[in-house]
Amino acid sequence: MTRSADPRMEQRFKIGDRVRVDGRGSLGHCRTPSYLRGQTGTVVGVHGVFRDPEVLAYNRPGYPARVLYKVRFAQSEVWKRYAGAAVDQIEVDVYENWLLPAPVRTSAKPRAARKGS
Amino acid sequence: MSPAKPRNNPRDGADGPGVHDVGGLDFGPIDRTEHDPALWEKRVDAMLNLLVSPRKAAFKLDAHRRVIEAYRAQDYDRTEYYEKWVRSIRNLVVEQGIVSRAEVDARVAEVAAQIEATGRRVAPGRVPWDKP
Repeated sequence: MTRSADPRMEQRFKIGDRVRVDGRGSLGHCRTPSYLRGQTGTVVGVHGVFRDPEVLAYNRPGYPARVLYKVRFAQSEVWKRYAGAAVDQIEVDVYENWLLPAPVRTSAKPRAARKGS
Repeated sequence: MSPAKPRNNPRDGADGPGVHDVGGLDFGPIDRTEHDPALWEKRVDAMLNLLVSPRKAAFKLDAHRRVIEAYRAQDYDRTEYYEKWVRSIRNLVVEQGIVSRAEVDARVAEVAAQIEATGRRVAPGRVPWDKP
């Protein structure tokens, strides 16, 4: 599966960037879970560059390769009726072609502020 | 604990089309009982590892996942882990032109006849080919 980093590959995001998972649909093999589509999170890790599993799934060589990020989301934002602690987080590996830049959250007014949690 | 059996269709309202993509949907409690792998399960595991190994490279592991995830919901939910593997391996070796459907069917019939000849019962086929 794994390919060492392709030096030509540009990394679009860096650790700390706010990113939104694209809300588009998918066919075939896709590793971006549907519960994350449209969700906004923060890049907390860069795993490296890997051949694209969506293309490998059709037995093609898997290029262009994709940067794979570790993205952190707030559980209370991902799940509408989340019953756990407000600080709970989920980290999911997401390929770059599923991520869009998202506006930086201002500390004064969290976007997902929900009364009573 | 009884295995999780969906009462209705928990996939209703899911955004993704993938039958496997059920994170957050209500499928009841997870069956956490363990069992030692049966001989056939070990064989299936070994077969997949050989087929995707660089020397054979019959197909890619991601293709294996594509085929498993293309199961219809009912078939996906009622089959076990390695049953899904068996079907995928069979479909992929045919897809890649390594053997034909007719060759697979002939060999399955041959093995079934050998088993029946020893007086043992052969379970009826449960893995139909997809409609072309």
